[in-house]
Amino acid sequence: MALLEIQGLKTHFKTEDGWLHAVDGVDIAIDRGETVGIVGESGCGKSVTAKTVLKLIDMPPGKIVAGKVLWKGRDLVPLPPEAMQKIRAKEISIIFQEPMTSLNPVYRVGEQIAESLRLHEGLSRKDALDRAVEMLKLVRIPTPERRVNDYPHQFSGGMRQRVMIAIALACKPQLVIADEPTTALDVTIQAQILDLLGRLKDEMGMAVMLITHAMGVVAEVAQRVVVMYAGKVVEEAPVRELFAHPRHPYTQGLIHSIPRIDLDARHKVRLEAIPGTVPKLIDPPEGCRFAARCKHVRTECRQATPPLREVASGHRVACILDLPT
Amino acid sequence: MAGSTPASATASPLGKPAASASLWAESWLRFKRHRLAYLSLWVLGLLVLAVLLGPFVYKVGINDIDFKARLAPPSWQHPMGTDDLGRDLLARALYGGRISLAVGFASMVVAILVGVTIGAIAGISRGWVDAVLMWVTDLFLSLPQLPMLLVLIFFFRDGLKAIVGPEVGIFLLIVLVIGGFRWMPAARLVRAQFFSLREKEFVEAARALGASTQRQVARHILPNALGPVIVAATIDVAAAIILESTLSFLGLGFPPDIPTWGRILFDAKDYLDIAMHWSLFPGLAIFITVLSISFIGDGLRDALDPRRVM
Amino acid sequence: MGNYILRRLLIAVPSLLGISIILFTVLALAPGDPFEEMATNPAVPPEVRMALRAQFGLDDPVWQRYTHWLASMLQGDWGFSFVSRIDVDELILQRLPVTVAIIGSSLILALLVALPVGILAAVKPYSWFDRIASTLAFIGFSLPTFFTGLLFILFFSIKLDWLPFVFRADISATGWAWWWEHLKQSIMPVSVLGLALAASWMRYVRSSVLDVVRLDYVTTARSKGLTERVVILKHAVRNALIPVVTLVALQLPQLFGGAIVTEQIFRIPGIGSLLIDAVLRNDTPVIMAVTFVLSALVILFNLLADIVYGWLDPRISYR
Repeated sequence: MALLEIQGLKTHFKTEDGWLHAVDGVDIAIDRGETVGIVGESGCGKSVTAKTVLKLIDMPPGKIVAGKVLWKGRDLVPLPPEAMQKIRAKEISIIFQEPMTSLNPVYRVGEQIAESLRLHEGLSRKDALDRAVEMLKLVRIPTPERRVNDYPHQFSGGMRQRVMIAIALACKPQLVIADEPTTALDVTIQAQILDLLGRLKDEMGMAVMLITHAMGVVAEVAQRVVVMYAGKVVEEAPVRELFAHPRHPYTQGLIHSIPRIDLDARHKVRLEAIPGTVPKLIDPPEGCRFAARCKHVRTECRQATPPLREVASGHRVACILDLPT
Repeated sequence: MAGSTPASATASPLGKPAASASLWAESWLRFKRHRLAYLSLWVLGLLVLAVLLGPFVYKVGINDIDFKARLAPPSWQHPMGTDDLGRDLLARALYGGRISLAVGFASMVVAILVGVTIGAIAGISRGWVDAVLMWVTDLFLSLPQLPMLLVLIFFFRDGLKAIVGPEVGIFLLIVLVIGGFRWMPAARLVRAQFFSLREKEFVEAARALGASTQRQVARHILPNALGPVIVAATIDVAAAIILESTLSFLGLGFPPDIPTWGRILFDAKDYLDIAMHWSLFPGLAIFITVLSISFIGDGLRDALDPRRVM
Repeated sequence: MGNYILRRLLIAVPSLLGISIILFTVLALAPGDPFEEMATNPAVPPEVRMALRAQFGLDDPVWQRYTHWLASMLQGDWGFSFVSRIDVDELILQRLPVTVAIIGSSLILALLVALPVGILAAVKPYSWFDRIASTLAFIGFSLPTFFTGLLFILFFSIKLDWLPFVFRADISATGWAWWWEHLKQSIMPVSVLGLALAASWMRYVRSSVLDVVRLDYVTTARSKGLTERVVILKHAVRNALIPVVTLVALQLPQLFGGAIVTEQIFRIPGIGSLLIDAVLRNDTPVIMAVTFVLSALVILFNLLADIVYGWLDPRISYR
């Protein structure tokens, strides 16, 4: 049984112009200790999916319209808030994108780490703070005994993200959702944070749902990749397989748009961009959402949404065509 | 390249853009959605109309003494009742309303003119001029308004009376003093706008095209400050009306024979138990006026600054 | 933090000086001689007249008059009220406690009302609670305090006869009865002031909490599994209070205006009504001294507000 299984999840938002289908029928499974990368461009619904797992979406205007989120076999969608609160941080935790604003500016960093410990493990204030120092050590913050009493504004962006990781891992959860954890950081810091996450994952054995729009990050860190577009999953495969044999035209477009420095002058090709823009997510059109931008589009594509079908072991595509990779 | 695409509806080195007309229309639509504000606009309009045209339609004198009808409750003859000299309260309220509203708007004009000027100067200069102006602004913000008003009226009332006569004198004094104590918020708003917009790209673009400082200010920076300043202006009118009526209520406003709403209350307060209509009507008049102005201000804030979470 | 307080103190001093300059300038610019009354008032003994002229140095150059006046102000020599026949500082000290008590109580009442109502309204925006509360708030700050005071008197004193409307500082009862009498006569003025304050404060609190609740760190708090109550009260409100403190501090000068009016209506013998009396009776030394004291109080309250602000926001005090 998978640790986390998202089945047919649909999260919609009520707006002035109608219902926005942010997540429109998504299936994702994550096993114990697995790192799954979820890629897609801005607005494809990956962040909303992640936040829906922990029900951190504002509802209203958001609403889980359909689907299940099975955590160790138990559906989280109908759970009341008190039950969700026991799962958050203790079994599933989340790291957000913006380290500069994700920490409360008026409380010390140690207190913010200790908060989850005191809540979920019933530790006393002193014990919780001691554990907080250990967590800071774990995320490689120098002189943690002193830093534990500092305020967030006394840390740089990269350090704050480490603190966020410390908070997320404090109660040793079994799944960590990392929502674009490095997007707001410099490239060099990015590498450090990803490295840290990787090592901690090995040490603590947790599963990771890594959300990003950078293919490079996914290639380095993930074991399996899920590609999302316009609120739906369009392809999923083990990482090597995906990069070697992408089947969906969107995935192919994504991979071909990565600049290659390994090609020499004779093989230089123009950087391919995917023409067109993401379709409206309010009352989206019938049929494949990628149809308007697809080079290989056929009339059948616009008639019905293609389901995910298995094309190789562990490799599924939502496309009716059998394209060469 | 710079100048071919206006960066905002109000920044246009090449002439008035068509976009600015629809920006106002959009704001108007947003305003209308705020139902209380829209309703208040009508209420205020009616009030202003009544106060301006009333005395022409309702031709009862404000000083017609009639001892037989002293302290009469509202009736067909005297819709708001009469005071202790039998004078019709509706007529007096209509007359007083003109003054209260005039004071309100005039003070607002003074406050906004002074505030915008000082804010603009501070915003452009930066450096020590700005520091000094800000210190002065903070100083004025620390002054207790009503006591200072009382002090100033106390000291200057007779002098002005001698120069321009009692009514005009006190009108000028009150308007200048109220306005003189309410310019600070507008100054701060304008200065903040200057600081945040000075370095914005479209202003730099205008500068690169050789726009003079005045042009930058007039065409690009001030229009963006307009929204918050308009909202501050409506608050100023409401506050000025309350201040004037408070002064009159304390017996230190206009001369006793001028029935501003506050003054009517000053006379009425000793007869609270036997003639409560005398206090209720002018009080309600002040309340409704200020309330509708407040709602309008709230509606304007929604209409002109949609980014705010409301 | 100590550093921060020191800095605010250092700023307060020039502000006090600035206010004294403004006050004195007004006095100096006033046409006519404010002391003419004294010269012609037979009730004023000549020695006092001479002393006052010396204190205000009416024959000296302006700046000298100012420093002289400032010096005596700071030394507590505030002159003699020829209307009340006692030293001004004594007079003020007599009346100050009542005013401070009433203002203090209204501040507390305003806080007790505005905080919970504002927070609840923000947590459930556009709910019926929010709409009613917001409308009441608008009504609250559109009603001039003198009108509310009159309405209260009309209703509670005249119609219902529950509460007295004339304040007596000397109540002959003892023990519980004394407290009860004091309470009864204070409820109305304190409520008038307090509710007027609460009306605008509630809007500030609501607006600030609404802004804060959307911020990322509130979502982080939720993601830790804290109950919504803790998330709002511990994480959101603490941050939301910071801008509210600034806004409240800016409103403080108006508070004294409200106190003046309330004291007039309810005939409370505080420094507000003292000022009105002094103006009506041309008692210049009292006017100057009271205005100075009020301004100093505003600066003091601003300083306190700055301290609270520094305590609430570590970004300010921990540079």
